[in-house]
Amino acid sequence: MFETIRYDVKDGIAWLYLNRPDKLNAFIAQMNREVKDAIKAATFDEQVRCIVISGEGRAFCSGQDLAEVDENMDHGQVLRDHYGPMIKQIRQCEKPIVAAVNGVAAGAGFSLALACDFRIVSERASFLNAFIHVGLIPDSGNLYYLTKLVGHAKALELSILGEKVSATDAVALGLANRLIPLDLWDEEVSAFAANLSTLPTKAIGLIKRSLKFATELTFEDYLEQEAQAQRIAGLTIDHREGIHAFMEKRKPVFSGQ
Amino acid sequence: MNRFEFIETSLKRNIAVIELNRPRQLNSLNRKMVNEIVVAMEEFDRDENVRVIVLTGKGRSFSAGADIDEMMDDNPVSLEQLNQFADWDRFALIKKPILGAVKGFVFGGGFELALCCDLLIASIGTEFSFPEVGLGVMPGAGGTQRLTKLVGRTKALEWLWTGERISAETALKHGVINKIVAPELLMEETMKLAERLANQPLLSVRLIKDSVNKAVDYPLYEGMQYERKNFYLLFASQDQKEGMNAFVEKRKPNYKGK
Repeated sequence: MFETIRYDVKDGIAWLYLNRPDKLNAFIAQMNREVKDAIKAATFDEQVRCIVISGEGRAFCSGQDLAEVDENMDHGQVLRDHYGPMIKQIRQCEKPIVAAVNGVAAGAGFSLALACDFRIVSERASFLNAFIHVGLIPDSGNLYYLTKLVGHAKALELSILGEKVSATDAVALGLANRLIPLDLWDEEVSAFAANLSTLPTKAIGLIKRSLKFATELTFEDYLEQEAQAQRIAGLTIDHREGIHAFMEKRKPVFSGQ
Repeated sequence: MNRFEFIETSLKRNIAVIELNRPRQLNSLNRKMVNEIVVAMEEFDRDENVRVIVLTGKGRSFSAGADIDEMMDDNPVSLEQLNQFADWDRFALIKKPILGAVKGFVFGGGFELALCCDLLIASIGTEFSFPEVGLGVMPGAGGTQRLTKLVGRTKALEWLWTGERISAETALKHGVINKIVAPELLMEETMKLAERLANQPLLSVRLIKDSVNKAVDYPLYEGMQYERKNFYLLFASQDQKEGMNAFVEKRKPNYKGK
């Protein structure tokens, strides 16, 4: 069904691998579309409680495939038609999304990682806002997310100087949540995703929703949305399970419902 | 027993709910369905047990528009003779508050139906649009009129000409809807507002709607005179005496709706 990505669902986790390793998983329009479709499928698949995006081979994603770029191209329209819909699909998803950054994440590959909820990085990973090197600006929501993650000054520096950020520096900057040693990579990525897939999925979605409101709404309106979100969480089976487990002094088993 | 084919109606504690019931067709409106909605509304409007009417749709969308198959082969003469839009005129004559709870797609005829409501509550992610232009036609059930009166000529032309999708946030900004709520709580929040209105003095609510509607159509001076008459009329009601006495006596009023 997919040609540029690999998509499997196993034990409540959707694994999405960018799969153009000979091109360092560079984006072509088809890959934008397939990532979007896979995220949509995972969003609506009731089995899925966590999504992991990673790259086949040595790169996470090297950004736009320059072989697809020609001089007459309308760059704005490419964003509206291909990257925008993909990033929006990720933003609409209320399930936790992990970027398991196995290698370089450059340009739109960096943007893709930024659009995820978690970034866990291998020792081989690096981030690079490469756009400036070809006279362009960071796109696909890059600056929107970057400034929230690292602040204005650092976002500006990374975008204008276009210097590579190592995995260690990424953790120090707050760009990445966790650094995983090479030999433990597969195991720890799986464990990270497995943990997320056993948490109260609905509450996670409501936290994601509320965090978006926190930057979009006035405080008064935010408090109203917060009340609604807590009302919804209060109706979940997982909330009841959490309370019961606490009373019975046992570990809760969350179903995501 | 449900005597309607395309809608479902229910009544609970003074609040009537009309649900569009063609979820597999995204509640696309056919002529019989529109007739059923207006007939149900008129009945509820006359029913003493009803204080507020809620209009919503089953499934993920409020309504994706009119049933295109039904009108594809029509011609001007057949349309004039059918006079299908006469049913739509009847929505404007409903005196009780109509609350619309919308979600998903609110397109074309579905958007026009939503605009027949007095107040609109929308789920997060609701999209509005008049896509008629893309089919070589235009709205015919009040879309160009009601939308323009709501948002003004400039925005109305932009939206009607491009057929673009309007987000709930944009609709809120332009006064098309009253508020945006979590999808999970659309009905709960709508019923809360409905109950609040149902507890207001009935005749005040009724004559406020009557007067506000005149503000849309009348010149200011005529509207002011009309408002005045309604204001005077309320002094013939028991609820006016009760409301003012309760205020003076510093107690909660007990309204009878008379």
